[in-house]
Amino acid sequence: MSTLHTVNKSPFERSNLQACLGHAQNGDSVLLIEDAVFAAIAGNTFAPKLADAAQDIKLFVLGPDLKARGMDPAKVVDGVNIIDYEGFVDLAAASSTIHSWL
Amino acid sequence: MAYEVNGKSIEADEEGFLVNINDWNEELAGLVAKDEGVDMTPEHWEVVNFLREYYAEYQIAPAVRVLTKAIAKKMGPDKGNNKYLYELFPYGPGKQACKIAGLPKPTGCV
Amino acid sequence: MEDDFEAGTVKKFMFVNRKPPYGTVYALEVLEMVLISAAFDQDVHIAFLDDGIYQIKKGQDTKDLGMKNFSPTYRALEGYDIEKLFVERECLEERGLSEDDLLVPVEVISRAEMGKLMAEMDVVLTA
Repeated sequence: MSTLHTVNKSPFERSNLQACLGHAQNGDSVLLIEDAVFAAIAGNTFAPKLADAAQDIKLFVLGPDLKARGMDPAKVVDGVNIIDYEGFVDLAAASSTIHSWL
Repeated sequence: MAYEVNGKSIEADEEGFLVNINDWNEELAGLVAKDEGVDMTPEHWEVVNFLREYYAEYQIAPAVRVLTKAIAKKMGPDKGNNKYLYELFPYGPGKQACKIAGLPKPTGCV
Repeated sequence: MEDDFEAGTVKKFMFVNRKPPYGTVYALEVLEMVLISAAFDQDVHIAFLDDGIYQIKKGQDTKDLGMKNFSPTYRALEGYDIEKLFVERECLEERGLSEDDLLVPVEVISRAEMGKLMAEMDVVLTA
């Protein structure tokens, strides 16, 4: 079974997301929440790393956290899926392990 | 503490400021004003309504200096001055009018 | 420094915002500090750099989070006579943002210029 990784820190301030992407296995899911959602917006310097990771890992971003921060859902990097709280629960239920990169 | 309006209890802090701004209504404002010893006239309502509009736009209760200036800009210098506002709200337009308007205590106001 | 305040000396203050809103309480705390500082009639500057830029991003809507959206309050700063807002250009670019994405008028300056400006201040508070 696969792991759901959650990251809640901005990639511009902490290395949590970088570390998470470096350790996640093929088929794992990575969900960006809280201040990690900034990584998902196209045109930022971290976005290419996400696009690379999307080849082997399923990437998600929490919609309510995007909306709170004024981030346009239309500008989310290709390959990153926007989910709501229900989607978060479904994702957690479908994963054997949850790894929070705090 | 709490205010009782039409058999409904509305929660306030120990100084009488509403806990939830959405609990506010004109009837409650009248009750708070009475507690404060303020007899509400159209001039009082004008200031209270101005404060509510200010809060809706900026999400803060303005400092007295800022309120005075903003009222002067909108309603003219006859109303946008300390004397006029303190006559309406003797314990301070910041603290007293905000309380009646259901706003939180102005930031930086002790 | 206390003597200076008593003598009514105006000092150059800069509040430096480096953190995004909502994830932590820093942004809101600095904003409150800025509003309070306005009462002291000092020469107040506000800088937004790194993730601090996100504090003044347009279109914030926190309804689904059940948190207060305090971004409209930055637009009240003008009424408090706080009009010296600076944003670091490199930080905007790194995040794929432009001046049009910001909800208040700011002066966009380079990192080098920001460094110089900081050096001109009497007091710098960063969070």
